[in-house]
Amino acid sequence: MNYNWNWRIFFDASPEGNGTYLDMLLSGLMWTIATALCSWLIAFFLGSLIGVLRTLPSKTANAIGTAYVELFRNVPLLVQMFLWYFVLPEVVPTQVGDAIKQLPDAPFYTAVVCLGFFTASRVAEQVRAGIQSLPRGQGMAGTAMGFTVYQTYRYVLLPNAYRIILPPMTSEFLNNLKNTSVALTIGLLELTARARSMQEFSFQVFEAFTAATLLYVIINLVVVTAATYLERAVAIPGQR
Amino acid sequence: MQSDIARRGLAAALGLSLALAPLSLRAEDLTGTLKKVKDSGAIVIGYRDASVPFSYLGGDQKPVGYALDICFKIADAVKANLGLPNLEVKLNPVTSATRIPLMANGTIDLECGSTTNNAEREKQVNFTNSHFLTATRYVSKKSANLHTIEDLKGKTVVSTSGTTNIKQINEANTERKLGLTILPAKDHAEAFLMVETGRAVAFVMDDVLLASLAASAKDPSAFEISTEALSKPEPYGIMVRKDDAPFKKVADEATAKLYTSPEGKALYDKWFTKPIPPRNINLNLPMSAEMQKQFTTPIASPDPAAY
Repeated sequence: MNYNWNWRIFFDASPEGNGTYLDMLLSGLMWTIATALCSWLIAFFLGSLIGVLRTLPSKTANAIGTAYVELFRNVPLLVQMFLWYFVLPEVVPTQVGDAIKQLPDAPFYTAVVCLGFFTASRVAEQVRAGIQSLPRGQGMAGTAMGFTVYQTYRYVLLPNAYRIILPPMTSEFLNNLKNTSVALTIGLLELTARARSMQEFSFQVFEAFTAATLLYVIINLVVVTAATYLERAVAIPGQR
Repeated sequence: MQSDIARRGLAAALGLSLALAPLSLRAEDLTGTLKKVKDSGAIVIGYRDASVPFSYLGGDQKPVGYALDICFKIADAVKANLGLPNLEVKLNPVTSATRIPLMANGTIDLECGSTTNNAEREKQVNFTNSHFLTATRYVSKKSANLHTIEDLKGKTVVSTSGTTNIKQINEANTERKLGLTILPAKDHAEAFLMVETGRAVAFVMDDVLLASLAASAKDPSAFEISTEALSKPEPYGIMVRKDDAPFKKVADEATAKLYTSPEGKALYDKWFTKPIPPRNINLNLPMSAEMQKQFTTPIASPDPAAY
């Protein structure tokens, strides 16, 4: 290998003029975390709603849920990013479109909405699987108690379902976190984008991507550890 | 006393090695890329898929371009130098992110595209004689009526992330208090799309790339390139492995010979002032004064002031 290793590159001033290359990567990390958390909020609540729709005893509700899931999980994420960023402002009325285009931090908001809607389709499937894995008697018991459908879901089905799907939901959360890197295609300066610009400026490509990889691994380990504690904290004593 | 003997010994050794040097220039003592090329029987050229007109995929998905033509000349010189007329010339696609690793691990021997030669990059690779000089300007819609840097005051502009251009517009923005909003885009095509769709009024980039983007737009006449430049003309070079003097020498000699001959001028005209594949667009970029100077006395300096 004819390569000039230089691990001290991180402490060199970046050509952007505000701090070192390390500062550049860390600012990328902040955007990654902010995007992941905001989009997860959308994904979790919207996904739960869609997942429930798919298990309701109503044909219309099922159809809406199925249509949503199939639309958002079958279109590649990259294409969805482009649709939200470039196509959406053109199909809405001109005034609204121009307002969207002039929004400061537009790539951030677009990425949050896009990732939120995409991950929601995956969360919805997990929620549906969780609900359907419960014995049918649970829902019937709720009805027998005189619960409304809302109450059956709120007090009987969902609390159990969420506990069952906690491990795969952790995976979805991690996927969502790493999927934020797709947002670099619409100009979000997150971690991968920063590693890329660092290697373009300095030509120290291996150092840049090693640092980015380590940062991803570290935040993922933090998430996994937190999820383990959460699992333990919400476990029903005596179950399993 | 002792150091004196040592010095004399050193001098003798140096003298001996100098005397032997002409003998050792033959094939068995080839080093670096030349040895690798001879051993593998192939020279590998790295090309870009969308750096019009330097290196890109033409009509039949075959790589073509100005820089690629120069690289074929270098490959010919390598063939002559090694005495291997049947040397295979292989082509390997690279991106801005893969060009360094592929050069470092020996997958490619020459990188032919639009890579800016600057002092920071010279720490990692070397460049042969510059094949193009480009200044930073911006493209905007003609209807916006923008020509100078001052015209941009308070507006939203876009540039490609990770380029020297975005750095320059950032600096100009601070120094000249322009109050710009600077958006980073992933690549040139996307940045241009932002101007086309009105997300930004101007795209700040190397003028040659702007010319090619504007020329291939749906309506080329709707765009114009600024008259004022943001930087001195910066050199593009063909990348070779660092500290491989014998190979760089072959490449430097081949490019210098090409540039100073009438063939160099003809090659330039072929790609910059005539219709080029795949869609027969014409970039209309006659040779600048700096380029004419570079083609008379080719140099490989990373310093824009040298040109």
